[in-house]
Amino acid sequence: MKSVFVQGAISSEFIGQSIAKHQTKTSIGAHNIFLGQVRADMIEGKTVTAIDYTAYEEMANQKFHEIREATFAKYDLTCMHIYHSLGPVKIGEICLFVFVSSPRRKIVFEALEYVVEAIKADVPVFGKEIFEDQTHQWKQNT
Amino acid sequence: MELTIKYFGMLAEVTAIHEEQIQIDSCSVAQLLEKLKDQYPKLGQNDFKVAVNQQLVDHTYSINNQVEIALLPPFAGG
Repeated sequence: MKSVFVQGAISSEFIGQSIAKHQTKTSIGAHNIFLGQVRADMIEGKTVTAIDYTAYEEMANQKFHEIREATFAKYDLTCMHIYHSLGPVKIGEICLFVFVSSPRRKIVFEALEYVVEAIKADVPVFGKEIFEDQTHQWKQNT
Repeated sequence: MELTIKYFGMLAEVTAIHEEQIQIDSCSVAQLLEKLKDQYPKLGQNDFKVAVNQQLVDHTYSINNQVEIALLPPFAGG
C-alpha cells in the first residue's frame, strides 16, 4: 500500500508539480484542493510555533486506503491524492494536501469535503503543539 | 499469550514507552486495560480508543490470540 506520509512540511513546489502532472489527463475538467496549514493558536497566553506529527502508520495508511476506496465508490472521480506530514511542521506551513479531480466541478466540491472530514475523524494521527518556550500540549480535532 | 502493546501521543508520555510485550491469559479489552492502569495509573486520566490488529474495538472485545494492541489518544490529523 502506498504511504500517504511525507517527512516535514509539504512544499508549494511539490503542490505545484502535482497540479502540473495532471495536464496530460485531459478528461479532467475540475480540480479541487484542500491545504491544511499549521495555525499559530494562542492557548493560555502561549503561542503555538509548530506541530510535531506522529501516527500509528500501519493503521493510518490502511484508513487512508479505506477512505480512498469509499470516496471512489461514492463519487465519479478521475483521480485523488492525499499527503500528510509526519514530524515537525512550523506555523504557516502545509501539513495536509488533498487533491481530487473529476470531469465536472460539482463532484469535486462534495468529494473533497467528504475526504477531509473522514481524515480528521478516522485516521490515527497525533499532533504535539509546541509553544515558543518549548512546552507542549496535545492537539485534538474538533 | 504474548501481546504487543503500542502507546501513541500523550499515552506514550504517560507510560514513558512506545511499545512493550506482555504475557497475559485470554481476556477482554476491559480486563487488559485494568491491568495496564494498575501498571500506569495515569492512563486512567486520559481519553483513548483501543485498536486490535489495527481495527478499533470496544471494551467487551475478547483477545485470544497473538495480536497487536494499540492505545490511541484523540486524533489530530490535518
